[in-house]
Amino acid sequence: MLSIKNLKANIEGKEILKGLNLEVKPGEIHAIMGPNGSGKSTLASVLAGREEYEVTEGEVTFNGKNLLDLSPEERAGEGVFLAFQYPVEIPGVSMMNFLKTSVQEIRGYRGQTQLDAKSFLQLVKEKQKLVELDTKLTNRSVNEGFSGGEKKRNEIFQMAMLEPKLAVLDETDSGLDIDALRIVANGVNTLHNKDNAFIVITHYQRLLDYIVPDFVHVLYEGKIVRSGDKSLAMELEEKGYDWLKEVTV
Amino acid sequence: MSDQDKIIDEVVASEYKYGFYTDIEMDTAPMGLSEDIVRFISAKKNEPEWMLEYRLKAYKHWLTLKEPNWAHVKYPAIDYQKIIYYAAPSSTPKYQSLDEVDPELLETFKKLGISLEEQKVLTGVAVDVVIDSVSVKTTFKEKLSELGIIFCAISEALQEYPDLVKKYLGSVVPYKDNFFAALNAAVFSDGSFVYIPKGVKCPMELSTYFRINAMNTGQFERTLIVADEGSYVSYLEGCTAPMRDENQLHAAVVELVAMDHAEIKYSTVQNWYPGDKEGKGGIYNFVTKRGVCHNAAKISWTQVETGSAITWKYPSVILKGDHSIGEFFSVAVTSNYQQADTGTKMIHIGKNTKSTIISKGISAGRSNNSYRGMVKISKSASKARNFSQCDSLLIGDQCGAHTYPYIEVNNQTGIVEHEATTSKIAEDQIFYCNQRGINNEKAVALIVNGYCKEVLNQLPMEFAVEAQKLLAISLEGSVG
Repeated sequence: MLSIKNLKANIEGKEILKGLNLEVKPGEIHAIMGPNGSGKSTLASVLAGREEYEVTEGEVTFNGKNLLDLSPEERAGEGVFLAFQYPVEIPGVSMMNFLKTSVQEIRGYRGQTQLDAKSFLQLVKEKQKLVELDTKLTNRSVNEGFSGGEKKRNEIFQMAMLEPKLAVLDETDSGLDIDALRIVANGVNTLHNKDNAFIVITHYQRLLDYIVPDFVHVLYEGKIVRSGDKSLAMELEEKGYDWLKEVTV
Repeated sequence: MSDQDKIIDEVVASEYKYGFYTDIEMDTAPMGLSEDIVRFISAKKNEPEWMLEYRLKAYKHWLTLKEPNWAHVKYPAIDYQKIIYYAAPSSTPKYQSLDEVDPELLETFKKLGISLEEQKVLTGVAVDVVIDSVSVKTTFKEKLSELGIIFCAISEALQEYPDLVKKYLGSVVPYKDNFFAALNAAVFSDGSFVYIPKGVKCPMELSTYFRINAMNTGQFERTLIVADEGSYVSYLEGCTAPMRDENQLHAAVVELVAMDHAEIKYSTVQNWYPGDKEGKGGIYNFVTKRGVCHNAAKISWTQVETGSAITWKYPSVILKGDHSIGEFFSVAVTSNYQQADTGTKMIHIGKNTKSTIISKGISAGRSNNSYRGMVKISKSASKARNFSQCDSLLIGDQCGAHTYPYIEVNNQTGIVEHEATTSKIAEDQIFYCNQRGINNEKAVALIVNGYCKEVLNQLPMEFAVEAQKLLAISLEGSVG
């Protein structure tokens, strides 16, 4: 589904990704871990299409298409979803209005029919339950006045509404207490099926107790230096990132 | 597709569709302004003697005045002798049926989207259509007259209800008020006159469409709305103008009189041609709008301004009566090279008066948007209350937003609250929308409409839709 080959990217002239390689197939959950500054968020931003990041070398193919050629909204239409680490607030724009616009745009891109009001509301109710999101929150402006945990759950809620093929979760667990973590993980697990894939970016092993990955990769200084299964995450937790520096040539 | 998407799609695809002009035989005055021209205008309209005298007094006073230049706007000097002060379609008498109307004129109405019979009948809106200084047809006159409501052209009112006009004309904006008011008083050619009798609530929205057609024709509309005791009226002003290269002056005067316990709601969706992307051409909109409230009366000004090369206007309310209320809701958008210096004046004179000001300025491109507001509480105005909120939204980094609030409180029991915010549409917000499948244009429209919601909610429904369209057009190309 996703094929990243020798990806190099920089921001404001500084090179962050230095030749990253990654293959993700449908149905798989990949975890990406690494110390601060290793390029985790850069990877997420480049996949989503943030303009500030300049891709200097490499290829990213998504379902046969060159992802780097597409605008961010086109990528969303193709099925790429990014759950932001710090979801931004948009005062004055109601969550419902925002969602409706988003859903209809993406459906339009995919050649699907537009949802009528009733179907849309039904979809909202259904997905809200999944992440135990309070009805009150959908009446507010986008992320305005949401607590950290609510913002993260709101990201998963939107993911549920848009049904992406590839979801990138950028440190979705940061700032969450155990209960919120459980809810987020449950949402992801429920949405996971054999046709979609997840890239879970995280600092801590804890999330991976709930969202069990098929593959764990360690990102260090802009490259994936080590890959393994979930036991690799345990090893990292025990030994810390310094262990990696010793092991990596 | 949601309604919002439909609207935005439609709009982004359409050109400024009112860009054209009607080529019909015009009765035009020779270029320039003189006492003779003033007499010409008055004679053309067959006005009573007192009206001509008023015009002449105003003209003589205007000659003594200097054009003001304190506004935060720049424009090349206007040569008042290079303007034509009167232009009217040659077939001047009123019509019994549309068959009698000049077909080219009807074509113009069609292009404007006004099918006098169909659209307005269905929506129940009475229309007084002004085309280049002369009102051509007034619909629904009969219906309204059953209620005793007068809604007609000022020129007609001067013939049929001269005493009523004489009583109120110039009572809110005297010709001595300012340079452009004096000019208007001398050369105004037409506009609307509305009178609502005591206790009558006007059952429909009243509206007027304007057009500036002939080259170099300044538009000098004069509107006078009088709501007698206990009455209510909602008036809509919506303007369109054709594409032009020369700048065109629009120096209108609007006077509102709300007697005891009366209410006037005046809404404007401004759609003047703003000048091309380089800032050439476009309308200069220098307008004096003012209302006076008597006891327990209320006047609300709601406006969405997106057009004009230069906008210079301060719809104001004089809260003369006790317990009177003044409101001002405004969205002013400037883009490309537009300039706006706009705001309001709330003058508290009576006791227990209240005023609310909500102003949302949006700047994009290389434009300049200034809010200038005055809240004045005079010595006699005990227990006055004012709440002002003026917000500025900047799109891009080449535009400017400025705020000049003036607050003058001369009574100890007054309470004045003022809040102001300045914000940018953050790239983060746009990107968030992008990642959810919403492109730049739609993201900006979404965010801007959310920002203006408070004001847009004040507009009568059909105007709210047009307003959303206008916001989208005027911000086209400002992001990305």
